[in-house]
Amino acid sequence: MKMEDLAGRCGEWLRGSGPESDIVISSRVRLARNLADFPFIRKCTDTDRATIEATLREKVLASGELAEMVYVDVANLETVDRQFLVERQLISREHAESDGARGVAIGVHEKSSLMINEEDHLRIQVMFSGLDLDKAWQQASRIDDFIEGQVTYAFHPIKGYLTACPTNVGTGMRVSVMLHLPALVITRQLEKVFRSLQKISLAVRGLYGEGSQAMGDFYQISNQITLGRPEEDLVKQVSEVVPVLIDYERRAREFLVNESHKDLHDQVSRAFGTLCSAQQISSEETMHLLSKVRMGVNLALIDNVDISTVNQLFIHTQPAHLQKLRGIELDTADRNIERARYLQRQLRGDSEAEKN
Amino acid sequence: MKCQHCEKPATFHITELTGDEPDELHLCAEHAQDYLTPTSEHEESPPTLAGVLAQQLKLGQTAEELARLDQQVCPVCGITFYEFRHVGRLGCPHDYVCFEEELEPLIANIHGETKHIGKRPRRGGKSLDRQMELIRLGRDMKDAVEQEDYERASELRDEIHRIEQDDQS
Repeated sequence: MKMEDLAGRCGEWLRGSGPESDIVISSRVRLARNLADFPFIRKCTDTDRATIEATLREKVLASGELAEMVYVDVANLETVDRQFLVERQLISREHAESDGARGVAIGVHEKSSLMINEEDHLRIQVMFSGLDLDKAWQQASRIDDFIEGQVTYAFHPIKGYLTACPTNVGTGMRVSVMLHLPALVITRQLEKVFRSLQKISLAVRGLYGEGSQAMGDFYQISNQITLGRPEEDLVKQVSEVVPVLIDYERRAREFLVNESHKDLHDQVSRAFGTLCSAQQISSEETMHLLSKVRMGVNLALIDNVDISTVNQLFIHTQPAHLQKLRGIELDTADRNIERARYLQRQLRGDSEAEKN
Repeated sequence: MKCQHCEKPATFHITELTGDEPDELHLCAEHAQDYLTPTSEHEESPPTLAGVLAQQLKLGQTAEELARLDQQVCPVCGITFYEFRHVGRLGCPHDYVCFEEELEPLIANIHGETKHIGKRPRRGGKSLDRQMELIRLGRDMKDAVEQEDYERASELRDEIHRIEQDDQS
């Protein structure tokens, strides 16, 4: 598969449809699994890693319902292509930056990805647009069942699925939702909300997971605990807290609309104006301004751009995507110019042909 | 023994693990409380694995006991407890068995539970012992090759082959 084929498309997670999709960007379930016959990644020899990759790649992808997945050999990719897969959330940053034999199998419409030789031998990830954790869990579990029919997982009768890090042991499951919370950021209520989430053992991360900053006011909420509760309970715990957060964000938006309509409208319009007319712009500033525009579109303060275009811009303006779409490698300064041009074309509709 | 910071008797004996070497502290109740109370900065971030582990080992163990603990080695993958403590990643599935005593309170601390409830593989699969045997033999074979003891390596290869055949039959 060529990265260029993916570049023009949006991928599942920013498609911007599905239940509650003005605030809930995507729902994701990840299962961590290890093969029983090998050490965990840290103690693997190069041969072990190569064997694990070959085993999973062959047994899993050569037959059955997973055969239609596309396999990418991550170890032999250019840096820009690995970065590209990170931006699309198909692999993690850790997977992109590590060494040795590793790969990823990507499902149809990028709704699933199987990372091989990440922190664990296998990480099954299923992503859906909007709020739909039940469906994501069922799909992940089906893929898990299928793979389990082909290989033997490291499983302990009391400790459950054994993982390289004890924080994932048991179910090996991380359930997460990505939320867009710009009004809670503006009204400075986010800290308070996050502190109460931590009290019930839910973790908050930025757009690209552990240690990443909350770019574009996107936040991932996920379970911290993986042991001692059945998968359905973990899904339920995250599912139940999301409507509360949606309600907070909607109320904060309502407050802004009612109490400071002029300020809000001004901020949103200025953000849109900058994106439409800047001559050079960084990725960080773009994310920051797009976030305001996205909220503006959802609140009908901006009407000449649709939400799917904005969603797509969040990903298309990132460094690796910009270079893939342009078809050449660009340094930071050139990317800032190219990014400004791309935004103008998309937002002002200068060239309809560019919109796919 | 007096408290390191005042004249009161030291009633808390704490071993600090955040540096390279274990460091012993002897404090009175008051100073110990100050020392162990997390600063407000820490309160906001969720506990990290290394943090939980350090906190857990800090109480009730002397530097000597810790040094001994650190030297424990998993017979299957060769990881030491020290290495796990520093990188936060285990070396193989058997570590959950051989470091069980140390991991149990850590797991309870992270998850609030110690027993898995939920999905299980449908197939029984090989026993855990059998799986560990394969990992250990693989490591021995690699060592034999490195030492250019090809006769031993070939024996080990046959042994691995035999176990794998048994599993399939």
